[in-house]
Amino acid sequence: MILARVLGNVVATKKNHRYENASIMLCQQVTPEGEETATTVLALNAVDAGVGDTVLIVQEGWGASTASTGKAGAAIDSAIVGVVDYVDLLKDE
Amino acid sequence: MQLARVIGTVVATVKNESLEGRKLLVVQTLNKDLEPTGKPMVAVDSVGAGVGELVFWCRGKEASFPFKREDTPTDCTIIAIVDSDAHVTQGSRA
Repeated sequence: MILARVLGNVVATKKNHRYENASIMLCQQVTPEGEETATTVLALNAVDAGVGDTVLIVQEGWGASTASTGKAGAAIDSAIVGVVDYVDLLKDE
Repeated sequence: MQLARVIGTVVATVKNESLEGRKLLVVQTLNKDLEPTGKPMVAVDSVGAGVGELVFWCRGKEASFPFKREDTPTDCTIIAIVDSDAHVTQGSRA
């Protein structure tokens, strides 16, 4: 799973039928320290995360599809499966 | 999934039989500001997208799931057409 920040969302009327009623969030990967990286990704929202939230994104098809649609086998490669409260890191020496 | 712009089409007469009848499009992946990032790729279309449209695509094994024949050999499939550039919003919960 990766850590990311929710930037916004994407509206697509014509889409794969398994995406009906799903919200598609535009997210930017962040480091464990919370710094933004150059990588952005679209992910289905399986936990009602909002803009500005730091989230956990699973990037494995079976898990992403099951979490966001309740059933495996959809063309979904990323889903938000958690909203991060905080990341506790070892302090640098 | 990644945002992308359809920038061209690919014609291939000789191809794997499970790709028969499929539309192949060249997509340029975009970043959050809809600027090109990375190299263009060839994607199989599952929604009827055309050149110039803003779409998003799915990578990996999951890319073959929109098709009846789950053995369709693709690792990049267009699964949705974004309504317009303005429908990619940042900073609000529209």
